[in-house]
Amino acid sequence: MDHSRYQLNKELAQMLKGGVIMDVTSPEQAKIAEAAGACAVMALERIPADIRKAGGVSRMSDPHLIKAIQQAVSIPVMAKVRIGHFVEAQILEALEIDYIDESEVLSPADDLYHIDKTRFHVPFVCGAKNLSEALRRISEGAAMIRTKGEPGTGDIIQAVRHMRLIQSEIRRILSLEDDEVYEAAKQLQVSLAMLQELRLHKRLSVVNFAAGGIATPADAALMMQLGAEGVFVGSGIFKSADPEKRAQAIVKAVANFDNSSMLAQLSENLGEAMVGINEAEIELLMAQRGE
Amino acid sequence: MHIAILALQGAFLEHQQMVRKLGATTHLIRNPRDLALPFDGLILPGGESTSMGKMLHDFSMIEPLKSLIQSGTPVFGTCAGLVLLAKNGSNNGFSALETMDIHAKRNAYGRQLGSFYADIDIDNIGVFPGIFIRAPYIESVGQHVKVLASHHDKIVMAQDGNQLATSFHPELTDDVRIHQYFLSICDIK
Repeated sequence: MDHSRYQLNKELAQMLKGGVIMDVTSPEQAKIAEAAGACAVMALERIPADIRKAGGVSRMSDPHLIKAIQQAVSIPVMAKVRIGHFVEAQILEALEIDYIDESEVLSPADDLYHIDKTRFHVPFVCGAKNLSEALRRISEGAAMIRTKGEPGTGDIIQAVRHMRLIQSEIRRILSLEDDEVYEAAKQLQVSLAMLQELRLHKRLSVVNFAAGGIATPADAALMMQLGAEGVFVGSGIFKSADPEKRAQAIVKAVANFDNSSMLAQLSENLGEAMVGINEAEIELLMAQRGE
Repeated sequence: MHIAILALQGAFLEHQQMVRKLGATTHLIRNPRDLALPFDGLILPGGESTSMGKMLHDFSMIEPLKSLIQSGTPVFGTCAGLVLLAKNGSNNGFSALETMDIHAKRNAYGRQLGSFYADIDIDNIGVFPGIFIRAPYIESVGQHVKVLASHHDKIVMAQDGNQLATSFHPELTDDVRIHQYFLSICDIK
């Protein structure tokens, strides 16, 4: 049986399903996340809300920090590189990172090309706000997709919009007649083969998580009910009043996303959520990076 | 035949598809209430053992599951599921059900770059496609535990009476033989 590295990388994402991946900025936070039941952590120097506040150029984290976080926990450790910055990705691969997030949260390094992810042994997750972006990232070698949402805002509207759009575009592709698929491929700027595969399996060929703006257990459960296979929570946890409690509540909310009485319990007494910025107040739309 | 599948986190839907393909009915277990429905066998899927272990503790599901397994309900754990069944894993002092007389080493092959595919020769089943994702292996087994497969001298599949465990992921393949074997254990009980 031919079983490629890419296949193994997609399979790691399958193991993350139904789980919560949390942004952490220190080994201490990583331990809190692991103890709360996170299925993986994203090692970052600054969480998106602070990146937004600080402005300037945002880059891959210091390898020293990433290594310290790898030492601190036994769950998978992910880290972000700038869109198109394949040397940052080479560095993370040398650190034996478990997953690279080629992320619009950092300042893009290339406004034309994403990283050719087929050249790497470690897996990549990429953001998408519609089906065209998702399929093009997969064709570049992404082993996992997440919605872009709008990171660092605590506002769920964009993640909802992106997840709904991706799902409804998939439903539309499945509804086409065979002879209409050629035109759809042209419109979506993807290969015919990719659309045929989508129609065969009736879903994306990789796992699809929600990300960008999730701040409460209800937000996480909303994304799961909309069809996300798991969630990333960035600023929402460590920007809140009681990160430990909120982290645990979000993990349990994802596991019991369709159980409203459980969700009611989990939402109680979590302390203040991150303040957030609503959509109309956002000055920088990170989701527009790397289309 | 009715199989319950622990569905707190991880690749539980893949197991569900597999046993349905073999004609069994299923339900998912997400909280203690789901344990009230009777079942002939239980599957603990792959995923993150720390995440599942944490919720098993917090949802007070450790004791009910333990007593079900100890009273003979067949259980099949893959990867993280194996870790949940094992006595103390050697890293982190992690513990969950501890019903199976094996010691597991978590992340025994390292990080994702250490994940691999290998043909595994299994007793009475034959060569099987073994998918190892940040996998554990079994460091040692108790006297009454049958070792069913090894890979480079490390135990990757074992059976302790009604308890079956693999380090690898048969639910990610099209090969139903291990699930079939588990259902045959459920059938006898």
